[in-house]
Amino acid sequence: MTGLMGLSSLLVIAPLFLVLYFLIREGASSLDWNFFTQLPKPAGEQGGGMANAIVGTVALLGMAAAIGVPIGVMGGVYLAEYGSARSNYWLRFAADVLNGVPSIVWGMVVYAMLVVPFKTFSAYAGGVALGLMMIPLVMRTTEEVLVLVPQSYREAGLALGIARWKIITVIVIKTALKGIVTGVLIALARVAGETAPLLFTALGNNFWNHSLAEPIAALPLQIFSYAISPYDDWHRQAWAGALVLMMLILSCNVVVRFVSRDRR
Amino acid sequence: MATPVSTPEKPKTAPAPVQPEAGGKPVAPEEGPAFDVRDFSLWYGARKALDGVSIRIPARRVTAIIGPSGCGKSTFLRALNRMHELTPGTRIEGSLHLFGEDLYAPSVDPVVVRRRVGMVFQKSNPFPTMSIEENVLVGLRLNGVKDRAFLQHRLEQSLRMSALWDEVKDHLKRPGISLSGGQQQRLCIARALAVEPEVLLMDEPCSALDPLATAKIEELIQQLRLRFTVVIVTHNMQQAARCSDRTAFFYLGKLVEFGETRGMFTNPSNPQTEAYVSGRFG
Repeated sequence: MTGLMGLSSLLVIAPLFLVLYFLIREGASSLDWNFFTQLPKPAGEQGGGMANAIVGTVALLGMAAAIGVPIGVMGGVYLAEYGSARSNYWLRFAADVLNGVPSIVWGMVVYAMLVVPFKTFSAYAGGVALGLMMIPLVMRTTEEVLVLVPQSYREAGLALGIARWKIITVIVIKTALKGIVTGVLIALARVAGETAPLLFTALGNNFWNHSLAEPIAALPLQIFSYAISPYDDWHRQAWAGALVLMMLILSCNVVVRFVSRDRR
Repeated sequence: MATPVSTPEKPKTAPAPVQPEAGGKPVAPEEGPAFDVRDFSLWYGARKALDGVSIRIPARRVTAIIGPSGCGKSTFLRALNRMHELTPGTRIEGSLHLFGEDLYAPSVDPVVVRRRVGMVFQKSNPFPTMSIEENVLVGLRLNGVKDRAFLQHRLEQSLRMSALWDEVKDHLKRPGISLSGGQQQRLCIARALAVEPEVLLMDEPCSALDPLATAKIEELIQQLRLRFTVVIVTHNMQQAARCSDRTAFFYLGKLVEFGETRGMFTNPSNPQTEAYVSGRFG
């Protein structure tokens, strides 16, 4: 029995090593300084990089966080501190449904909402699509960590004659801050690799983006378009891009470990 | 002499001359009551937790509330600063006045009630993200006090009143939860005193502490009664006998007997009280 358990746990972590093994084998050789500093070269030319896609991904994540974090955290605070049992039931149900919405659907919704009316693909649209995906993720994790803050701290605050909203913002949220940051980082790592919601929104761009109202490059999009191209050189670049994206997400998770580590 | 509770309108309290009470120290002559509670009942949903309680809790005295588990003593304590309202589905009847003011009047904000009536809990609960200093001052700071000299003064005053100053004055910036259990409870008392309440409610403040820490807190309570009205719920009858001036005995949601502590323990007028204080049940 113990052997079977050991085997299962091996099978659980094996994919992680498979992913890393292939990414490093195929991608590491194309990774050089130019990859991080140069724009993509036209087909047939050697070299070039994904600097615009790396910056684009960071910009998209920034916009997504600007939308997803405040709304998600406030929603989580409402669930944990204010909502009645009835409203919470429906809110949680809605959040869980939203968490299950396929990411391509988010892309289509934002396409209809922002791209069609403004007649252009844009970085904004991509940021909104990722931000909307983050809301239910951040909301549920925020709720979970706020519920873990002992009721006795809220009571202690109330017994001091402190108004409820101040107790929540200054005492409860501060106590749970590590958990909230962890939830935000996990949500960011989750949407960082999303390709589908960006296909109809951010679109991708082979050059530097000069305005967020224009299409913007992103690592997953660049990987996608390079991987389906017929050129070997681009395939290698796609592997390198995948390795960089993986490292970005992995470092997010490492930071999570670091943040959520217990000091005592 | 124990005062029977059946006649709360004509309290036989107010012994005007200065007299030694529990603890042996002379105290100021008794003023009017701090709390004047009349025919007070409280329901949790359909369950009646307090049944027609009438009591006058004297100002600047220590009043102990004793009784077996589930007798409503903690509920009564929480009703004194409306903390019970955190539990959904509660309902009250009757009246509860603090120094003549109806605490349950529709115009009264429970937040303001709790500023006047502070509370210390069974388990010490310093805020884990705050230093010793921040813990003591949080009530003032969050209510908009910014004057640094005043805050500094109140910090020292509160920690001195809670007999913690000498132990922590050199490391006020350390986290509050780095203190020992007894120190944490005294930190919570300092935190409650810093907002200058008129009354301090204590809900079994020593039940999680060792005898030495308990002795310190009891000594502290003796000091506090010179300035504050203290109401303490305790499971420990020796504690009630040691540190209170008055004792109220609750049983099954009713106030069975209320009177001077010495009388209650040596010559209780009610057979239930006698059975409880002599340890025959509870």
